[in-house]
Amino acid sequence: MNQIKVRYFAAFREATGIESERVNTTAGSAAELFSECKGRFDSLQAYSAAMVAINDEMSDWDDALENGDEVLFFPPVAGG
Amino acid sequence: MNTFQITSLPINLEAFRKQLLDRSCGAYVQFDGWVRDHNEGQQVLRLEYEVYEPMAVKEGNRVIEEAIARFGISNAFGIHRSGLMELSDVAVVVGVSSPHRDAAFEACRYIIDQVKVRLPIWKKEYYANGTAEWVNCQHCAHVGGGIQRPG
Repeated sequence: MNQIKVRYFAAFREATGIESERVNTTAGSAAELFSECKGRFDSLQAYSAAMVAINDEMSDWDDALENGDEVLFFPPVAGG
Repeated sequence: MNTFQITSLPINLEAFRKQLLDRSCGAYVQFDGWVRDHNEGQQVLRLEYEVYEPMAVKEGNRVIEEAIARFGISNAFGIHRSGLMELSDVAVVVGVSSPHRDAAFEACRYIIDQVKVRLPIWKKEYYANGTAEWVNCQHCAHVGGGIQRPG
C-alpha cells in the first residue's frame, strides 16, 4: 500500500472539485491509479487523461508508483 | 537567451526581439500567437490560460534545447502568458535567430508546434452565449503527440 499525492489540473480540477488529495492505494501504475480516481469521481468518467507526470517529470502510464510519489493528471493540453 | 518563460504580464515584443539580436545571425523569425475571436463556430469574448509553471518551464526549455541541437540555430526564446487575456492579446511568442533563414523558419515552427502539444498549459474560452469551456488541442488528437513521453 502506497500513499500517493494526486493533483488535478484545469478540467480535472473542476470535475473533481479539488486540486489535490492524498490516497492510500495498491495501484501499481499511473494508469491503474487514474482508473481508481475515476471510480471515486463520476465526473471524471467522461475524460481520458492526455498526460501524466510523476514528481514533476513527464511519465508513461505504465510507470510504477512508489510510496510518497506525487502524481499529476493533465487533461488534454492547449497552449498557444 | 535560449530559455522558455511564463508570465502573467503583457509581453513586450520589442524587448523580446532585442534578446535575440546577434551579429553572427542574418535571419530572425518570430511567431506571435494572438487571442482569436472565434473557435469552432463559437464567438469567443476572452480566454484564460492555466499553466503548471514548474513543468511548463522545464518542458519549454527542453524544446528550445532540441531546436538548437536539431536545426543548428544560434538563439531561441519563447514566452507564454498565463491568466486572463483579451482578444488580440499576444498569448505566446517564439523567436529564433540564425545565420541563415531556412533553419530559423524550421526551428520556429518546431518550437511552437512542440509547445502546443507538450507543455502543461490549458485554455479556457469564454463565449458570447455566456458559457465557458476548456479547449482540447485538436492537433494532439490527430497525432497523439501529447500522450507519449517526449524525447
